[in-house]
Formats: sequence, C-alpha cells, structure tokens
Amino acid sequence: MYVAVKGGEAAIASAHRLLAEARRGDPAVPEIGVDQIAGQLALLVDRVMTEGSLHDRDLAALALKQARGDLIEAVFLVRAYRTTLPRFGASEPLDTGAMRLARRVSATYKDLPGGQVLGPTFDYTHRLIDFALAAEGASEPAAQAEPAPDAARAPRVTDLLGQDGLIEASPPDEGAPVGDLTREPLDFPAERDLRLQALARGDEGFVLALAYSTQRGYGRTHPFVGEIRVGEVEVEFVPEELGFAVPLGRLAVTECQTVNQFHGSAAEAPRFTRGYGLAFGHSERKAMAMALVDRALRADELGEAGGAPAQDQEFVLAHCDALQATGFVEHLKLPHYVDFQAELELVRRMRAEHAEATQEAAE
Amino acid sequence: MTPRVRVPETGYNFAYLDEATKRMIRRALLKAVAIPGYQVPFAAREMPMPYGWGTGGVQVTAAILGRNDVLKVIDQGSDDTTNAVSIRAFFARTAGVAVTTRTRDATVIQTRHRIPEAPLAEGQVLVYQVPIPEPLRFLEPRETETRQLHALAEYGPMHVKLYEDIARHGHIATTYAYPVEVAGRYVMDPSPTPKFDNPKMDDCPALQLFGAGREKRIYAVPPYTRVRSLDFEDHPFRVQHFDRPCALCGAGDVYLDEVLTDDAGGRMFVCSDTDHCEARREAGHRGEGA
Amino acid sequence: MALARGFADPVHDAQGAFRAMLDALARPGLVQALPAALAPPAPLTSELAAIALALADADAPVWLDGPLAEAPEVEEFLRFHTGARLVADPAEAAFALVADPEACPDFSAFAQGSPAYPDRSTTLVLAVRHLAAGEGLAFEGPGIRGRVRLGVAPLPAGFAARWSANHALFPRGIDLLLAAPGRVAGLPRTARLLEA
Repeated sequence: MYVAVKGGEAAIASAHRLLAEARRGDPAVPEIGVDQIAGQLALLVDRVMTEGSLHDRDLAALALKQARGDLIEAVFLVRAYRTTLPRFGASEPLDTGAMRLARRVSATYKDLPGGQVLGPTFDYTHRLIDFALAAEGASEPAAQAEPAPDAARAPRVTDLLGQDGLIEASPPDEGAPVGDLTREPLDFPAERDLRLQALARGDEGFVLALAYSTQRGYGRTHPFVGEIRVGEVEVEFVPEELGFAVPLGRLAVTECQTVNQFHGSAAEAPRFTRGYGLAFGHSERKAMAMALVDRALRADELGEAGGAPAQDQEFVLAHCDALQATGFVEHLKLPHYVDFQAELELVRRMRAEHAEATQEAAE
Repeated sequence: MTPRVRVPETGYNFAYLDEATKRMIRRALLKAVAIPGYQVPFAAREMPMPYGWGTGGVQVTAAILGRNDVLKVIDQGSDDTTNAVSIRAFFARTAGVAVTTRTRDATVIQTRHRIPEAPLAEGQVLVYQVPIPEPLRFLEPRETETRQLHALAEYGPMHVKLYEDIARHGHIATTYAYPVEVAGRYVMDPSPTPKFDNPKMDDCPALQLFGAGREKRIYAVPPYTRVRSLDFEDHPFRVQHFDRPCALCGAGDVYLDEVLTDDAGGRMFVCSDTDHCEARREAGHRGEGA
Repeated sequence: MALARGFADPVHDAQGAFRAMLDALARPGLVQALPAALAPPAPLTSELAAIALALADADAPVWLDGPLAEAPEVEEFLRFHTGARLVADPAEAAFALVADPEACPDFSAFAQGSPAYPDRSTTLVLAVRHLAAGEGLAFEGPGIRGRVRLGVAPLPAGFAARWSANHALFPRGIDLLLAAPGRVAGLPRTARLLEA
C-alpha cells in the first residue's frame, strides 16, 4: 500500500533513490553528457526550450537528462526554474527579416529573391532505419554547404506580397506593452499577443492536432505556407540608463508565416490574411501548426463563422499547455478516498432505498 | 531591486517565491477577503510541483508564511499521505518554518479535501488546494459566461442542476465540492471536501483561503462569515452520517475512511483525520477494532 | 540629502506588514499591531511607508493625496523603494496613500471595480492619529463576530454617509486601511456601518 497510515516519508525517500538509479541505467554503460544531449538530440532540446519558454540550451539538455528523456517532465523543470528568474525587461522586437538563414522555403513561389534554401531537413529523406548509425565511430563525409543567402536579399514573402497590398498589413507596432500570461492571468477574450504566447508555449502535439483539424473542415482557413525560415536573429535590448538598443546576442528561431483565405467587401478590395508561428531553435512542425491555429483563432476578428474547436479561444488556450494538462490528469493518482467515500455512501444508500422500493412493489 | 534572502540550503528565496510574486499574491488575497467568495484572478506561477497537486495552495501558503508560523499540511485528512509529506517538506526546506501534525498547534494549515475535525481557532489560517474553483464550470464551460453569471448573481442554473438530481435519484447527488453561498452573495466551490465538512466553514473563527494554481484564482472566506450550503425547503442540506464509530478511537461524529482489510469483504472504518484520531487515543478513547 | 532607508529586512518586514493588513481586512474593526521602524520623509508616516513598501510595485500604481504629492522627497522615497508608478488619476491607483484623511476625495473618485471584476478597485490607506477598538462607530458584516466598534480620528468629512454609499455598491467598492502609529485596522467594503 503506498499510502500507509504512517510511512509516507520513508516511501518518498526510497522512491527518489530508485528514480536516481533508474535514471542512471546500467552503470557499465558510460553516462550521457549534457553536451551530448545538447549537440546530438538538438531538436528535442529546441522543443524543451520552446515549450519551457526559456532559451538556454544547456539547461534544457540538463533537464532532459534529469527527466530521463521525458519531454513534458523536462519542460516542467525548465518552467519551474524560469519562474524564479528576475525579469529585467522586454527586448526589442526580433527582426526576422534580417535573419542569418540556415533554411528558408516558400510554398507560394517557385523562386523568389534570396532563393529557396533547404538546409538540414528530413523532408526528402527516405525513412529507412540507418543501421550504420548503430555502429560507433561511423562518420559521414563533410556536407557541402549550400551557399547561404544574403539576408538583405531574402525579404520575407509576406513583405513582398504586402508591397502590392495583396495581403493584410502586419499590425503596426504602436509601442503598446506586450502581454505576458506568466505575469497576468489570461483573461477572455485574449488579444493576439497573448494567444500567440500561449500557442508558442503550448504542447506541440495538441497544437498540431488542432491545426490538422482545420485542414479537415473544422474551421477551414485555406492556408499556404508563405515562408518558413530558420536561422539566427539578433536580440537587442534598451537599458533604461542608456536609452538606446544594445545587442545581447543571437538566438536560433523558426518562423512560419501562412498566407490564408482572402477577405474583402464592397468597401474593401480583397486580400489575403495571415497566420503566424514562431519557436525557438529548429521547430518547424510547431511553428507551422501554431500559424494555422493562430489564423483559426482570428475567426471572430475577421467575421468568419465560428464554432470549430480550433476557433474557440477558450477551448484552445485553456487546454494547450502541457504542464497544466499533465498535472491535472496525473493528479488523479493522488488519493481521493475521502471523496470516493462520500460517493460510496450515497450509492449504498440509494441502492438500499432501491431494494426497499423493489421489495415493497413485490409485496 | 529587493535583495534575496537566501535560505542557504536551497539557493531560493524564503518560501521559494520571489518577493514580486509574493506581493502580487498578497494583493490578490487582500481583495479576496474584502469580497468573500469572489474568485480573484492572479498570475499563478509555475511551481516545482505539478498542476493539480496543490500549486495554488502552495502559492498562497508561500505568500502568507512568516518565519514564526507553525505549518501543518494534510491530504485526505491525514498528515502522512505522500503529497502532504512532500508539501510539508518543501516548506520546511525552503522556509525553515516549524511543522506540526497537531491541528491546535498550527498557525497555518494547508489542506487537500478535508477540514480538520478539531474546531479551528481565531488566528489560524486554513489554506485549501483547489482544482476547479468555478462552481458553475460544469454547467457552463466558458469563463466569459460564468463571469457574467456571478456578476449578475444569476445562480438559477445551479439550483436547477441540484434539483434535477432530486428528481432523478431522490437525493442531491453531489457528495463533495458541494456548492455554498458566502455572506449572502457569491456561490463558491468549497474545493472537493466531502459535504460532511461544509458546516465547519460556516461562522468559522479561522480565516479560510483558497488557491487554484492551474486556474489562476484566489478566494477567501473571512472568519465569522455565513457560509450556507445550497438546498431546498423540501430537501434541506444534510451531511453524510456514518452508522458506526471509528474502529480505532470510537469517535462517532467524524468523517471515516473505509479500509479494506482482506479480499473477502472485510472492512473497517477509521477516522480520516489522523491527528484527531491519535489525540483521542492518547486521551484513552478506544474503538472496537483497537 | 540622503535617501531614507527601506525595510531593514525586506523579506520578513514585508511579510509582517502584509499579515497585519490581511488580519485587519479579514477581521474588520479589530486593531492589529503594525511594527514599522521606517523613517520616511514627512508627511509620509512610518506605517503608510511600510504598507507601500510591502505591497506596491511596478504592477500596482500608487496615488498620493495633496500633502504627500507636494513633498518631492516622498515621491523620491516611494519611487526608489517600490518602483511603483505614481499616478495623478485616483481611478488608476491600486493603492491611495492619504496623509490628510479629512480632505480625502470622494470615494467614487477611486477605482470601484466592475460587476465582473470587483477586485479591480483601489485600497485607500489613511494615516490616522487615533485608532482604538471597542468605542466609536459600530459595524457588522463578514469577518465580524456579532458587531464591532472602532474609534478612528480623523476621518474623511461626512464619513458615515460616504461609507454607507460605498457599502451599498457591493460587490464593487473601495476598501480602507486605517494606519495609526504602530497599529492598523481595516474596513473592507463588506463592513456595514450601523446607525449611531
């Protein structure tokens, strides 16, 4: 029995020791290094950073090691650490147009200024298990890098469309403070900044499934991938005492902009609309799914018929966070015997009354 | 910037939370006591324990706790269930406060699912862990709607739901998390305590604070406040009654856990409140199974 | 001139002040000890300063009444120790510090909260000279066992009518903290003033 009348303390201590042992695995096998995780399970680390809302590769790698590879547990560790960090302020908006590109593809134009750059992608691999990778020491020949495009000559596709007024303008930066759902409780209806933050932190699987549902008719948005770009951007910050922006360093991010279903009216010429996704590191699936759901959540704003799950912001935002979901689902394994006792007692009483009534009817 | 007073063992601030977070929670708490039963939104932080395992209660406790407090933590009425042990250890470690299992010795009691059997006293604070703070949530899943219902004190649907139970089962089928009306205004979820405990909330000398971390709400019942369980003239509120006393201490007016003793239907009923049971046994009370 | 010091022990002094305020608002009309060993610039009292330092910050704007707003050292002290925005419009304030209660603006000038969010209302902190339980105005309501009497001076002009109007707004309305040397009492909007 795991809840003895006494002994919870000793049981927890033993469970922690067992966990440490299980984490280490076979001591005859060398222990995995945090640098190996950061370097060789890089996409997993990117996902932990994205859903953990904290850009720190080494910390995310360590969290994965501590969590025995459990993704949500690793996100949990990173978030709990993040919550205690002091906050110095908000950076300047990232200029993804000036990204140092590692990958850049567009599904709307065959060729475009700056070109298409495949970069490191699984897209055109055959998914055949490569048994050579199981043999240690096997090394691939060095890659012949594609010529990196010059960022200045690779403008965002949405900017190109915008020049002709074919797509709605990006909302102007009015310098209004950007919401932060980790500092203010989410209130409904939530503005787009908060929705995007929630989606960026949201569970990739959940956001992916919602995005998929919009493609199957539950809130169609007719998306095209205008562009996916992966690479490094500079982060700048304006310290109060200086009054001008200073660079803090570079971040790797993935950005996806979709070009969606057009809108127009008698008063307004038709034009395409946008969906937006952004994630840390190389997180293409997440960025795409996020852009589709972002667009679906704009149904109200754009006067579209609502009612699909992906268009329902209370449904999406209240359930997309993996930590909230896993915590509440898993809390069912905590003892509930007090409440169960209350139900037991009621069911017994009702059964007794039912038996009495049946007997009376029979007599 | 406020310097951090580091508890040497952990490297974290006193009671884990940083001072800015504590201020935010404290401001919410002051409004919560000023508007009894109203759910104050607060920016709940991500805690080092999972959502649904007491993060709201932990944040409230961390925000009120001082170094002279004596903390008791219970889950299902017991001080020794795993989650109670874990939360008590968390505060012993991060705040270095004294801990106790004795209800009367505690200044702050954090609880999940029970109110202690021993009457609470003035000066004590009872902190409830709350999973779903919105009593209307299962009638209306949308926050925008439920907020309006509270604003208009439109509690008809809740009464209808309870009455439907009576029509269907002959009883109100809600046995825990039984809704209450606080100070004649707000309908409030008492957290999933069995309704057996509802009468203890009424006119209670202790301050009752409620924290829901995942749902980001704080609410409160000040001491000596009217807390009425919703009911009907023809179906007045009634608590469960056990037709036998505790097998260990013989107490007859307490909430009991049913413990299965074998696989042949053998069972015994013992106090859910372990401290209450122990105190009675120390005082010489014996039940039939002792 | 050197800036007056803040809390000697920021963590525990803030906690102590907060618990006094929590007890004050949870038990309306009872007087709680508020140890405040600050020496803020006049006319800010040690107790007003302790309450501000315990609760105000960048997320909780503060409004100052005439005598406080006219003292630049007070502004400087509060800005430095709390980082709070000092607002000119009382309706924007989370906390209002009032050194001269008799001249306190009408309660309706402060944030009252809305029916959906009654918590978004100002807490007024009045510096009073006299604060004693068991005498003076009689109140009933949540947190009060039976009824309670509280003697306060000075109070805003026409207090009885103004307080009853505030109470009638429930669940909207402002809340009061009354701070005398070393002591604090609270009157949340739920406290019903009984006829004299």
